[in-house]
Amino acid sequence: MRLSPDEIIFWQQGVFKLNATIVFTWGLMLAMAVGSKLVTRRLSTDLTRSRWQNFLEIIVTGIEAQIKDVGLRHPKQYIGFLGTLFLFVAMASLCTVIPGYEPPTGSLSTTAALALCVMVSVPLFGIQDQGLAGYLKTYLEPTVIMLPFNLISEASRTLALAVRLFGNMMSGAMIIGILLSITPFIFPVVMTVLGLLTGMVQAYIFSILAAVYIAAATHESRPTLPPTAPASGAGH
Amino acid sequence: MDSMTIIAVASIVIAGLTTGFGCMGPAFAEGRAVATALTALAQQPDASATITRTLFVGLAMIESTAIYCFVVSMILIFANPFWNFAIAQAAGK
Repeated sequence: MRLSPDEIIFWQQGVFKLNATIVFTWGLMLAMAVGSKLVTRRLSTDLTRSRWQNFLEIIVTGIEAQIKDVGLRHPKQYIGFLGTLFLFVAMASLCTVIPGYEPPTGSLSTTAALALCVMVSVPLFGIQDQGLAGYLKTYLEPTVIMLPFNLISEASRTLALAVRLFGNMMSGAMIIGILLSITPFIFPVVMTVLGLLTGMVQAYIFSILAAVYIAAATHESRPTLPPTAPASGAGH
Repeated sequence: MDSMTIIAVASIVIAGLTTGFGCMGPAFAEGRAVATALTALAQQPDASATITRTLFVGLAMIESTAIYCFVVSMILIFANPFWNFAIAQAAGK
């Protein structure tokens, strides 16, 4: 039984291995980059648009709205990073409908790399937004005693991001593998559909958590109090 | 019992216990979370978008604790480092 697609090796030369994780990651990157390049080659601003332009616009504005909902008031600044994370993880799990495909996010190396990207980019966005001193001061909040705990939380949430995505993807593939040997006909299809749903949810969670961490590191997270609603006696 | 048998027995028993207990806590927690979210939805249907989003994020975070236990038990069964070490020892003898 395989734990991850790292163990399928297509080509090996000395220490350089070309395993399934790398191959499928490159395939996804190629498909997404070439696809969006082809779609955005002829953009139009008038009323007649191509089907694919509409599709991409729905995706981009949807991601933008979600980022804004988390509390980042200028989503354009962050959509390059957060949108890429979401689209990659979502595509990686959506493509599991293709036979012979193994999701590259089912390998701990991929998810650890993605989580490390989040760990590095959160301080970068924080420093960009409020300066080095201002960002470092957030580690001392609420008091100085909390400094080690803030550092620990920084490391542990990166670990949690990586293991959460890996565990979900790996368990999906493994459960389907086990079911194929027990009830090989209909039931694995149902589990595959469920796997598509959990894959989308995990992609959403991954990017939303990254957005929440960025929002916590930047000034933009300062809560703006909503206008106090008039107290209504009715309702209960 | 030689060391291989002890490692195998310990791994299998602990993997079962890990998944069993690791599913119990998150199951209770998710049940409570969904019940509370349903109450909130019934009281404030207007806020359904926010409630549902928060519920999904929260459920995924709760569920990840179960996933950690699952990963640990999978490692114990399929990629046990002690097992590999014992095999290497036996082969080297």
